[in-house]
Amino acid sequence: MVVRPGGRTGAAEPRTGHSARIQISGLTKRFMTPSGEPFTALRDVSLTIEPGQFCAIVGPTGCGKSTTLGLVAGLDRPSAGSVQVAGAEVSGITKGISFMFQADALFPWKTVLGNVMTGPTLTGVSKRAAIESSRDWIRRVGLSGFEDRYPHQLSGGMRKRVAMAAALINEPEILLMDEPFGALDVQTKAIMQTELLGLWEQTRPSVLFITHDLDEAVALADRVLVMTSSPGSIKESFDIDLPRPRGSVQEIRYQPRFTELQHQIWSSLKDEVERAYARTAGAA
Amino acid sequence: MSAPSPVGGALASTTVGYEPGPGDQRDDEDRVRQSALRMRRRRTVRLWLARGGVAVFVIGGWQLFTTWGLVDKFFYGQPSGIWDSLVQLFAHGTAFGSIWEDIRVTMTEAIYGFVVGTIAGVIAGLALGQNRFLADVLGPYIKVVNAIPRIILGSIFIVAFGFGTFPKVLLAAVLVFFIVFFNAFQGVREVDPNLVANVRVLGASPFQVARHVTIPSALTWIIASLHTAFGFAIIGALVAEVLGAQHGVGLIISQAQGRFDPDTVFAGMAIMAVITLAAEYLITLLEHRVLAWRPPASSEPSGL
Ligand SMILES: Nc1ncnc2c1ncn2[C@@H]1O[C@H](COP(=O)(O)OP(=O)(O)OP(=O)(O)O)[C@@H](O)[C@H]1O
Ligand SMILES: [Mg+2]
Repeated sequence: MVVRPGGRTGAAEPRTGHSARIQISGLTKRFMTPSGEPFTALRDVSLTIEPGQFCAIVGPTGCGKSTTLGLVAGLDRPSAGSVQVAGAEVSGITKGISFMFQADALFPWKTVLGNVMTGPTLTGVSKRAAIESSRDWIRRVGLSGFEDRYPHQLSGGMRKRVAMAAALINEPEILLMDEPFGALDVQTKAIMQTELLGLWEQTRPSVLFITHDLDEAVALADRVLVMTSSPGSIKESFDIDLPRPRGSVQEIRYQPRFTELQHQIWSSLKDEVERAYARTAGAA
Repeated sequence: MSAPSPVGGALASTTVGYEPGPGDQRDDEDRVRQSALRMRRRRTVRLWLARGGVAVFVIGGWQLFTTWGLVDKFFYGQPSGIWDSLVQLFAHGTAFGSIWEDIRVTMTEAIYGFVVGTIAGVIAGLALGQNRFLADVLGPYIKVVNAIPRIILGSIFIVAFGFGTFPKVLLAAVLVFFIVFFNAFQGVREVDPNLVANVRVLGASPFQVARHVTIPSALTWIIASLHTAFGFAIIGALVAEVLGAQHGVGLIISQAQGRFDPDTVFAGMAIMAVITLAAEYLITLLEHRVLAWRPPASSEPSGL
């Protein structure tokens, strides 16, 4: 069955979990630079993510992708405009979200089990139930037997898998992922992408997924947003009409439609990347 | 399968066209391991011989120089004299009773001071580290207080609170407080903002942020400071005792000073040094326990 992106209302979508709509309108974010000059990181970003949609964001480095995710999570306040999740204005930390950060954010003093357990523990799940579901998630990301290891005793790929389990265990309505597989080798990356797609299809949260890898964006997402160079805004939106379930992400790459979409997105992104590069190179 | 002889194994590595079997490999590994073990044992023996040599050189030199009269033992004491003082102290006690009683008094003061100072330092450090405004308000004052040579406070405490235990505990606590406080404060400031963001997104209240991130992260700094802090607790208790006391190792030292008896002064120092080393060892044990999650430091100062 083909799930059309853009979430036509009324279409019967196979959704077993719950998810929420994200509405961003006129979002602007300015930072104070150390010299006292305001710096506009985001300008007038508007977009809507339908419930259960997998949306990838690509854009040149420094264009404000992480900033956008931080605003959706409620970690930071907008300078202008608004972020609404499930119809309610974001104030404080958004409920029902999970966030996989760009930087390594595992707690170094907790074991793998302790890290995965943190989410359920904080939401008030009993200790026994938390341990049980944590073991289950550790198994799902393929780390059974590593429950008692500390993060520094794991490889980079294993740490990312722990972070993924820790993010998914809360069964979020919204999943924010900031270059989650950025630092992984190609094979591990492909395995984890396939795993993520499988897990996403089970509970169907709305996903905002930042990446620099266009193949990854096209293979995973219903929709790919291209952002302009700084100050960031939405340049273009591409609907990815590849059928679901997509199965192995390594195989989908060879479909002609995949290549076609990938080319379209790249030609849109290329100018922005060059502009961003020229700016930083000129400033240096 | 018969294991090849070591000679065969050695030949195998040089013979062209010979395929080494798994047995050979194990054999090789065994030999490598054994020679590594031998090397290590030899190194340990050499290390301890050298360490012993240093002690013999220093103490022996001291003994010889004072015997020859190149250094006046009236001022600088003499190792054999220090030993005699130690024997005297432990065998016959002092004019006021058993030496154990004095050690007990000094240790009680130091430990109370250490505990009180550590608790106060941790609480103040965590509170100020998390509250930017409060830290900015109090910052200059803390710097001023820190610049005061606090050991002098001992005189005031003795005058104010008499010759009892309390002023000693207080001086030790004040010295410990500042060390622990600055470390706890710094530890909170160094918390990885990513981890704070992560735990907040997971739904933590401010209290839970402290419990899951700030405190564990600051603990590395706090425990590192305890080594220095305990030494200062002992110093605080001793100095306050020297300034005025009815019991304690500090009293023994100050009375020996009055009698021009450097050997007993050194004996008191030696007793406290041994105790401090023992406490240091306990703190290291605690550190390894609490900070088990840390990657082993690449330059763990082994045996220093
Ligand atoms: N706290 C801050 N103070 C000042 N400037 C900031 C701050 N956070 C981000 N910026 C600036 O905002 C811009 C956007 O940053 P952001 O981290 O969102 O980029 P990004 O798109 O995620 O980049 P990348 O792909 O490299 O991760 C950057 O130019 C950055 O320098
Ligand atoms: Mg980023």
